[in-house]
Amino acid sequence: MTSSRLLSQGPDWNFDLIEKYDLAIKEIAVGEFGLDCYPNQIEIIASEQMLDAYASSGLPISYPHWSFGKQFIIQEEAYRKGAQGLAYEIVINSDPCISYLMEENSMPLQGLVIAHACYGHNSFFKGNYLFRQWTNADAIVDYMVFAKNFVRRCEESYGIQAVEDMFDACHALRDYGVSRYQRPRQLSVAEELNRQREREEYEWSRHDEIWRTVPVAESQDTPEKAAGDVEEPQENLLYFLEKYSPKLAGWQREIIRIVRKMGQYFYPQGQTKVMNEGWATFWHYTILNRMYDKGLVDDGFMIEILASHSNVIAQRGFDERGYGGFNPYALGFAMFMDIKRMCEDPTEEDRHWFPEVVDTPWQETLDFAMRNYKDESFIAQYLSPKLIREFHIFAISDEEEKEYLEIDSIHNEEGYRRVRRLLSEQYNRDGQYPDLQITGFDLHGDRSLTVQHRLHRKRPLSKESDIVLRHLQRLWGFDMHLETVREDGSLADKKTFAA
Amino acid sequence: MSVIIDRRLNDRNKNAANRARFMRRYKAQIKRSVADMVSERSIEDMQKGGKVKLPARDVSEPHLRHGQGGDREMVLPGNRTFTPGDRLKRPSGGEGDGDGSGDGEGGSGEDNFTFALSREEFMNLFFDDLELPHLVRTQVGDIKELKPQRAGYTSQGSPTNLSVVRTMRQALGRRIALQSGARRRLEEIEALQGDDPDKDNPLIDEAEIELLKKRIERVPFLDDIDLRFRNRIMVPKPMSQAVMFCLMDVSASMNEQRKDLAKRFYTLLHLFLSRKYERVEIVFIRHTNDADEVDEQTFFNDRKTGGTVVYSALELMREVIAARYPSDQWNVYAAQASDGDAFGADPERSRGFLEDQLLPLVRYYAYIEVCETPTTRTSTLASTYQRIDSPHFAMATVNDHRDIYPVFRTLFSTDTAGSAT
Repeated sequence: MTSSRLLSQGPDWNFDLIEKYDLAIKEIAVGEFGLDCYPNQIEIIASEQMLDAYASSGLPISYPHWSFGKQFIIQEEAYRKGAQGLAYEIVINSDPCISYLMEENSMPLQGLVIAHACYGHNSFFKGNYLFRQWTNADAIVDYMVFAKNFVRRCEESYGIQAVEDMFDACHALRDYGVSRYQRPRQLSVAEELNRQREREEYEWSRHDEIWRTVPVAESQDTPEKAAGDVEEPQENLLYFLEKYSPKLAGWQREIIRIVRKMGQYFYPQGQTKVMNEGWATFWHYTILNRMYDKGLVDDGFMIEILASHSNVIAQRGFDERGYGGFNPYALGFAMFMDIKRMCEDPTEEDRHWFPEVVDTPWQETLDFAMRNYKDESFIAQYLSPKLIREFHIFAISDEEEKEYLEIDSIHNEEGYRRVRRLLSEQYNRDGQYPDLQITGFDLHGDRSLTVQHRLHRKRPLSKESDIVLRHLQRLWGFDMHLETVREDGSLADKKTFAA
Repeated sequence: MSVIIDRRLNDRNKNAANRARFMRRYKAQIKRSVADMVSERSIEDMQKGGKVKLPARDVSEPHLRHGQGGDREMVLPGNRTFTPGDRLKRPSGGEGDGDGSGDGEGGSGEDNFTFALSREEFMNLFFDDLELPHLVRTQVGDIKELKPQRAGYTSQGSPTNLSVVRTMRQALGRRIALQSGARRRLEEIEALQGDDPDKDNPLIDEAEIELLKKRIERVPFLDDIDLRFRNRIMVPKPMSQAVMFCLMDVSASMNEQRKDLAKRFYTLLHLFLSRKYERVEIVFIRHTNDADEVDEQTFFNDRKTGGTVVYSALELMREVIAARYPSDQWNVYAAQASDGDAFGADPERSRGFLEDQLLPLVRYYAYIEVCETPTTRTSTLASTYQRIDSPHFAMATVNDHRDIYPVFRTLFSTDTAGSAT
């Protein structure tokens, strides 16, 4: 290795070096491996600022709310105690893609973060179909500025407490703010402002005395729909409340909308944790190794990088201390590495299981997988028996009628397919969130709302759900009926939350 | 080309407002937690700030989730010994374990939500949002002890304080001043002489040269007036040592709430004293019909039965002062808490003893009467104490811990000391 090619030595970084590393990494990531990225905006921040960014769910700007303060306290306590280091980086799905690098990181770590976030996550945000459909990389920061200002004005006009109550209710329902089968409209601040103005004008017109004198046609006794029906069951509870809740004021509808838009922004992230982290980890590993091969970095650099890398991808067993479920970094990284291996050096088993993968160019295959899958389908499609063996993955079944838990299947010939299917199920959003839909509201009667909970494999709602349902009822303003139906559609239970 | 921005100079405490909102929302719970802390803590630890525990349930943000029951499978890594068909006992753990993709609520789990209050936050909650800092400015009597302090240099002093550098500087200056005239003349003469000293010059007076040289020699290297000594003056010492006597009636009528009121008062006094003095010791004297000196734990928590003889405590206090805290070395403060019950000759005897024997020894003696409900009735002890007329003595009644701070302020403000009730 000729030392003249080295970009730097030792742990110290400065802005020139970061620029040099960024260029070298870009040359490899984009030039050699053809990653398609948004432009990068790299921001250097201090550790306190990292704590701040953590607490507001990684967005650079957010409206004020006590729950962010709680999150901040949790992070701060954990950090001060040393129980938890800070993440090396936070990356925001925006265009340009904003990445935060911590001041305390050494040069090798900064290099790792640039490769991981600025090229790994960045290309994932730009390429993955969920992100393409669900988020607007170029509008999110502007939208949050709009939201923050709007919330501040609301607090001035209606009091902090009223706004806080509204957010408490909406946050409780934030997982129910997405219409999964409908492509969301693109965010645009100009449009938002316009729409908001129209809403206000409409309200003004309703308060205008002149309008009261205009005779109203007595045509209300021919409702278009039978009372108690909605056109089709509505799974986007927040959207429904925003549009149809009879009692809410304009600003309250606007707050529902803000929470809904944020839920929509985070919706793809929740479903691509394994893929997203795996993809970024795969690329920092591949890019940095390539830099080493080119003689751009020295042994010391690689040793530090590999130490962090192996920490990140450690997977603990279910019975080990500190086990916290599957580590998305570990599983995702292993899967992408495994696909690459199958492309280049397949075994007989791989040929049998993955005929469409073996002997293809690995870059194309990986790119295809990154673009067209989410965690659930990615695992169902690509998790190989080899990895199931390596991770010793097994499944336990927990059935209501049985007194005991039973080992359902393990990492053996008979179990591979079932373990893989069950793991994929575990990443299915339907399994994680109870199925709640609005099925009707009595527009001309007592205005009560009917919400249907369809049991998923006989699993009931958790205890705290009543609090959430109470929030839902409050947002509606009138009585709310909760119908619990079995999977076959028969009514199991009915409960009323009175106003 | 990537853009690289240095954001380190941006605002660092973006979440202070959110944290404040959290505190506002849970103020009632946090206060309760602080109250628990107060009862657990010793007086000396009180000002440290500390950990607040809130029940996790209170601060949780509920979401719709599946509960226990129904059918499901859990997929886990790290199998060692299981084979299909093995049966396991159903664990009795909480909901949602093994749900590999749960978003992990900050790891706080089911137990308490714990976080640290800063010292200021703690004190604010402790005194119900009353401001403390003004206290520092209040004076408590005069403080006699003096300590030496450097105060420049003087021309007189003992040889041990001689400042050699200063002295030599003075000497050098004096020498230059006294010799310079002669030297200048000498140089002029030498210039006239030119290169040849032997050449006869009518302008040169050999006698003058001799005279000038003698004059230069006569200036002494060191003179008495050159001597400089380091000067030390005595200044009143603001920080020194104090002892605080906590006297309390622990007879059965003093219930937990009354003791708590007393404890808060003692804590405040200790805080106050420890800002003024480097070292503050506390002596706890409890009494029923006899008095004994105990540790803090016993003082606040142990119960004792018996009557009430205040005199015994005062006498013990005097003994302790005589034995360990001579009043010329210690600033003695005392706070006596009682519900005011006293019987027979005891109150009168106590008053006499206090006035004649104790008050000359102490810097300040505060008597607080604690009772939960305000009454118009003056207690036996209070009515007797009211007759004490001394600037070192003050008394007040406390009904609620909201009262403590105002009462404290009244007792310790310079002008009203002695007449507050």
